[in-house]
Amino acid sequence: MKLRSAIHLASAALALAVLTFASAPPLAAADTIDPVADAKAFRKFFTDKFPKVKLEDFVNGPYSMNEDLHRQWQEKEQFPPYEFSLEMGKEMFSKPFKNGKSYEDCFPNKGIAIRQNYPYFDEKEGKVVTLELALNRCREANGEPPFSYVRDEMAALTAYMAFTSRGKPMDIKIPNDPRALAAYESGKEYFYTRRGQLNFSCATCHVQSPGERIRAEILAPALGILNAMPIYRSEWSGMGTTSRRFTTCNSQIRGVPLTPQDDEYRNVEYYLSYVSNGLPISGPGARP
Amino acid sequence: MRNTTLKSALVLALLAGGATSALAAGAEDDFKAAYAAADAANKEAGKLRNQWTTTAATLAAAKKAADTGDFDKATASAKEAEALAKASIFQATSEKTRWRDLEIR
Repeated sequence: MKLRSAIHLASAALALAVLTFASAPPLAAADTIDPVADAKAFRKFFTDKFPKVKLEDFVNGPYSMNEDLHRQWQEKEQFPPYEFSLEMGKEMFSKPFKNGKSYEDCFPNKGIAIRQNYPYFDEKEGKVVTLELALNRCREANGEPPFSYVRDEMAALTAYMAFTSRGKPMDIKIPNDPRALAAYESGKEYFYTRRGQLNFSCATCHVQSPGERIRAEILAPALGILNAMPIYRSEWSGMGTTSRRFTTCNSQIRGVPLTPQDDEYRNVEYYLSYVSNGLPISGPGARP
Repeated sequence: MRNTTLKSALVLALLAGGATSALAAGAEDDFKAAYAAADAANKEAGKLRNQWTTTAATLAAAKKAADTGDFDKATASAKEAEALAKASIFQATSEKTRWRDLEIR
């Protein structure tokens, strides 16, 4: 009797163990972080979806999706609306701080033609550093107050730095550091996570619906979307930084925006820039 | 006789007044409880980095109604805010795994 009970108990335990292992998810590809494969799949998704659009044209956002808009944009580029901001940024960039130093002293190659390398992963800090953040850190290191991340001054400075980098392929590196991979993965998660009362993720608009209209606007594809930053938006009647774009997207879907340059925003910028590697910098851009 | 009637009316008026203020106090307590629950849920959503603008707006509407003494309206708004906050918590929690459904692979 005791032996029979023991056999029953052992059989039940074995069955439970088999069931447990069978129901546990296998280590799928999704559990491994492979930015190279991600970038390849990302690019393929958009080039398959829009076979007529040239790869380098994706950076022009909605203008790459619609012929009429493309023509309007070409005309607009004769007298670009971001020109005032560009001039202002150039002047600000060359003007020394009160201590005699300038932005040139904070950046490699004196800050010229380096936009394609931002954001980067700072191994000392263990975090992503964006161009906007680096500019404010430069100011603070030289005794100047930081600029708002969503206002004209920051847009002007980044517009000038992007302009000096036009045509250079986005070149974001992920160092061999588990924290860098984690930041990249966290940025990817942010990009695909639905939020706000409207239950939208970044991907809802920029992966599932590029080229479609949302109210009067044509949605831009996610591929190369940051290569054109900062942008002049007719809707805003002014310039907008990457920070402004992220926070506005959040509030448009009825989510409370995070603070500009919070880790989530830095990471999503890292992810989106990495998967657009190889596409040219086209900023500053103009959008409807 | 007239004096007795007046006294009765006064007693009734006092009783009615007392009942009304007791009711008002009850409504205010209901509001306070509903608001505290909504505020706590919204703070929980904040910890998950997923607050909704509509929750904040509905909480503000609840407070505004309470400030004008309309506790029924204030309580209704607070309860709506709590429901919104709980929905945002559910969204943040379920998206911890569901985001991969949208991923390009």
